[in-house]
Amino acid sequence: MTTSAEQAWSHPSPTLWRLRQTELALITFVIALVVGLIFGATLGTVASIVSVLVAVLTGALSSWFVRNRFRAWRYQERHEDLIVARGVMVRRLSVVPYGRMQFVEVTAGPMERIFKLSTVKLHTAAAASDARIPGLELEESARLRDRLTELGESKAAGM
Amino acid sequence: VRADLDREGGWQRLHPLSPLTRIGRLVPVVALSFVLAFAHDHGQEGPLYYPIGVTVASVVFGFIHWMVTRWKIEGDTLRIETGLIRRDSKRLPLARIQAVDVVRPLLARMLGVSELRIRLAGSGSADGRLAYLSEATALELRQRLLQKRGPTAPQAVESLAWRGSVAAGAGGGSTVAVDSTIGSGPEHVMASVPTGRLVGSFALSGVTLVVIGIAVGLLVLAIVAPKTAAAVVGFLAVYLFSFISGIWRRLSNEFRFEAVEAPEGVRVRRGLLQTVSETIPYGRIQAVRKIEPLFWRPLGWCRLEVDIAGSGRKNQRGEGSGVARKALLPVGSAQDAWHLVDRLIGATLPIMTPPPHRARKKAPLSYHFLSAGHDNDHAVCVTGRVRKVTTWVPLEKTQSIRKVQGPVQRRLGLATVHVDAAGRTTRAELRDRTEAEADQLIEELSDLARAAREHRARPLAERSSNVGAPIPSGWYPDPSGRHEQRYWREGQWTQQVSDKGHTAVDVL
Repeated sequence: MTTSAEQAWSHPSPTLWRLRQTELALITFVIALVVGLIFGATLGTVASIVSVLVAVLTGALSSWFVRNRFRAWRYQERHEDLIVARGVMVRRLSVVPYGRMQFVEVTAGPMERIFKLSTVKLHTAAAASDARIPGLELEESARLRDRLTELGESKAAGM
Repeated sequence: VRADLDREGGWQRLHPLSPLTRIGRLVPVVALSFVLAFAHDHGQEGPLYYPIGVTVASVVFGFIHWMVTRWKIEGDTLRIETGLIRRDSKRLPLARIQAVDVVRPLLARMLGVSELRIRLAGSGSADGRLAYLSEATALELRQRLLQKRGPTAPQAVESLAWRGSVAAGAGGGSTVAVDSTIGSGPEHVMASVPTGRLVGSFALSGVTLVVIGIAVGLLVLAIVAPKTAAAVVGFLAVYLFSFISGIWRRLSNEFRFEAVEAPEGVRVRRGLLQTVSETIPYGRIQAVRKIEPLFWRPLGWCRLEVDIAGSGRKNQRGEGSGVARKALLPVGSAQDAWHLVDRLIGATLPIMTPPPHRARKKAPLSYHFLSAGHDNDHAVCVTGRVRKVTTWVPLEKTQSIRKVQGPVQRRLGLATVHVDAAGRTTRAELRDRTEAEADQLIEELSDLARAAREHRARPLAERSSNVGAPIPSGWYPDPSGRHEQRYWREGQWTQQVSDKGHTAVDVL
């Protein structure tokens, strides 16, 4: 890029990591409860304890994956385009010119609302354009939304 | 009369024969009701109630539809209003029109009317349909829609003698193909498909070979165990039927296929019973794809498809509008294809480079075809395992550029660059490039795409000659496809060609 001032990557809010941890803990708890009860009723106490341990261990291991995934997510606003990079196993990097933006979608699921976070997604005419940034603080997502909309209007390039 | 169109009261009706023509759509239903009636009554009495009832109902509904439907051009929009109970009022902004099709089912051809389908970018429900107009009106309206499109000044429209008297039933008797005669200026045939070649292309498809294989298998089985064979034949009859109907559909859709260069865009004409004339305006093409199936390659045949923006509704495949992917050439020589691609998107064939050798480990079955390249205006890639697929994406149409790297690719130090155009799967995949090249491509392509977008106002002819950085002289893949390589010297192709190391002379 000749025109754009190189700037540092921005990251989703650290609160996203807490959100993901909470989600994971909840899921692990439910799975552990279910397998514990099923195995306890059918195969006895030992099987029940082992299955609960396995479930908890799997949860702990996935927390490592989730943490890597959280860390890999980053974005950069350049002069002409937005770059979003994500993924650990499959690494993806999308460059979306502001002029191609059709609309910006800001969503917040129930968990996200509890943690006061939201997800910003940039839509273009191509279904494959993959520009989604999760876990943004409400202020940051509002700022990003307004900025993207403004840039999208000023650089609009139709089909 | 033309002034009427832009006034408030300038509403137009559909052709008065429309209700009658709509019966044509019901032929399968009527046929089915005949069968049902006969099956029910054993052909004794009153078997005609059902079909006659269906036909009468269709005419009545068609008449109501005709009564309540009207259209007009108002400034830069085409307005269509229809619906008796639930009024449906559509405004089609001319600037957003992606393609205009003229469809003539068999009955419409006999009655001298045509259906006009107007496709916009975006959801399918926004598409406009006018069924039916007189042929003259349909063609003039089409031309007007396409000329009003975009920022270009529609001066040419002024010179048109606009025939607004649709209700008077003008042009009811002219059933000949008037496409080339009315108003749309000189046309020049770029490619056509002889029926023999079309049939040959079906015969050389993979499905046909499977069917032949099964037939041979059955023959053997019939000799060994006749009873089993009879049972299997009964079981396979359904598949045979669908195979034949599939062939028939393709044949009737692509019969007498012709791609014509018209002032507004490329016009594709095709059809056996129902003829379709699709116009794809220049500059609305999101991607061009050249497909070379295995069995066609010895003959040097290929298929050319274009993607335009819009909704691809699968159930309407081959029916003209509603299909985002259109065949530009169902089967043709490499030379025809090259000519078309060149005219359509001004594609030069950039220097194509294969991915590094280590990519063979990641893509052992497709490595032989993989290659990619780009120039200032297009990203080009070749993919495929058995079929060779070459995709051009004009950089000015780029929606986003992505780098995707899977675990195997990361281990090998490779990455794939996607150049996305509008649509669900419309993109060029520059597969398995080295990491450094991929990073460079991302930057380079996004810069080039931006430059291309900023220059999109330039006319195509000017752009296509503007290749930019000169390509060094040397041997490159022959653009005509007749030979392996052709020599490129000082910005143009020479007559020198090369096949398997032997050089020869062949005029391009």
